[in-house]
Amino acid sequence: MNLLSFLVPVFALAFAPLLGGVINRTKAFVAGRVGPPVLQAYYDLARLLRKGAVYSRTTSWVFRAGPVVGLAAVLAATALVPFGGFSAPLAFNGDLVLLAYLFGLMRFFTVIAAMDTGSSFEGMGASREVTFALLAEPALFLGLAAIARKTQSLSLSTMFPDAWLSSGIVLALIAAALMVIVLAENSRIPVDDPDTHLELTMIHEVMVLDHSGPDFAFILYGAALKLWVLSALVVGIALPHSGNLWADTSAALAAMFVLAVLVGVVESCMARLRLVRVPRLLAGAGVLAALALLLVFEGF
Amino acid sequence: MNPLTDMLLVFLILTTFKLLASGRLRACVRAVAAQGVALGLLTLAMHQGALSLHIVTLACGSMALKGLVFPWVLSRALREAKVQREVEPYVSYTLSILSGLVALSVSLWIGSRLHLPPESFSKLVFPSALFTVLAGLFVIVARRTAVMQVLGFLVLENGIYTFGVGRVGDMPFLVELGVLLDLFVAVFVMGITIYHINREFDHIDTDRLDSLKG
Repeated sequence: MNLLSFLVPVFALAFAPLLGGVINRTKAFVAGRVGPPVLQAYYDLARLLRKGAVYSRTTSWVFRAGPVVGLAAVLAATALVPFGGFSAPLAFNGDLVLLAYLFGLMRFFTVIAAMDTGSSFEGMGASREVTFALLAEPALFLGLAAIARKTQSLSLSTMFPDAWLSSGIVLALIAAALMVIVLAENSRIPVDDPDTHLELTMIHEVMVLDHSGPDFAFILYGAALKLWVLSALVVGIALPHSGNLWADTSAALAAMFVLAVLVGVVESCMARLRLVRVPRLLAGAGVLAALALLLVFEGF
Repeated sequence: MNPLTDMLLVFLILTTFKLLASGRLRACVRAVAAQGVALGLLTLAMHQGALSLHIVTLACGSMALKGLVFPWVLSRALREAKVQREVEPYVSYTLSILSGLVALSVSLWIGSRLHLPPESFSKLVFPSALFTVLAGLFVIVARRTAVMQVLGFLVLENGIYTFGVGRVGDMPFLVELGVLLDLFVAVFVMGITIYHINREFDHIDTDRLDSLKG
């Protein structure tokens, strides 16, 4: 194992909240506003960490465990996805399955913590989150399976450097499918609106309404890391690798922020889909990924 | 394998999925129009040797007809009928997408099993043509509005056309022109029919025509 590969989680830990800042600035720019500072997420985290937490008497230890386990799961995930020229510190055959289910674990604990409050409102959000995650998972796995089959490897760290050598059509299909997954999993617009609370259609924000102080900071940081890891997945697949360590890494860093700008642009020009339309969007992403897999089977 | 041909064939598959997944009639008309243009380009991309006047006329003719005339006729019918979307299809959109996926897998499987003469252009010609034909048939039976059924018919024809271009190569000019003319007349007549159905019954749901049976 390369000692430098420990830079991968360090990048994630340091820059993850910045992605959200870039998205917000892009949205503000398109709307003609100044917008919050790019570093706003860091200020928010620092502020929340200084505060105390309030716990409802109806909640149990599950409610307190939710944010901690969620953050722990996503921290583990940052160690699995290679970034730029670096391979991931944790790389073994089948780590792509672990990656998907670490997010599954994070979601599970967020959901049961939400259910633990006994609020019907949070239960509603939890039910939606799980439904959409169920539909997003096939697309993620089909896309990863297509690359795994193409590169004949089951580890993300060996998959990515070769991925871009496959046919352009396949890559474009997978990147498009994963982009939808990034938007859906991180509760961004067409699927969920991250800007508003307390609306009957919210998904992620609804589930974390009762968390406060450091717990909420954990949740925000976990969400930022999740966005970073999933974006790193898209960037790792779509970006060509030159073989030069530092060139690849700086290109990947730049690509991450380009992706954030792209997300901001998508959010500025699209409205949130009606809830009944979301499964169709996710099924569409699944079709793109499945088509990529079928093409790989055909020898593309 | 020619990457341009493959890309056009994948585009054919994706626009067909768009037709399966969407109930917005205008968006569907546009998707089918784009498909028609892609097919015209496909004719040119698949042609070997020097471009003859015959092939260029054919490609431009089919592009003009499928990309401009048909969408115009259908948009006009939509405007007259004042319908925006297919409200309640017989088969839901998500299920349609999944059926499309099954049809695509089956087409690829059959394509790999059939002993066709060695391909010169792309392995995808037969599977994508068969898939497009199946999806076109599916849309014809699974949708209520007359416009969607016309679109299904057009997609069905596009599939057959793809197969013809990819497999037979040089079809006689007269046959191609005859097919295009038939298609033109069909869509023209269907456009007028939609208008008349709508004027008579205030909607273009074909299932309600069942009650006319004696």
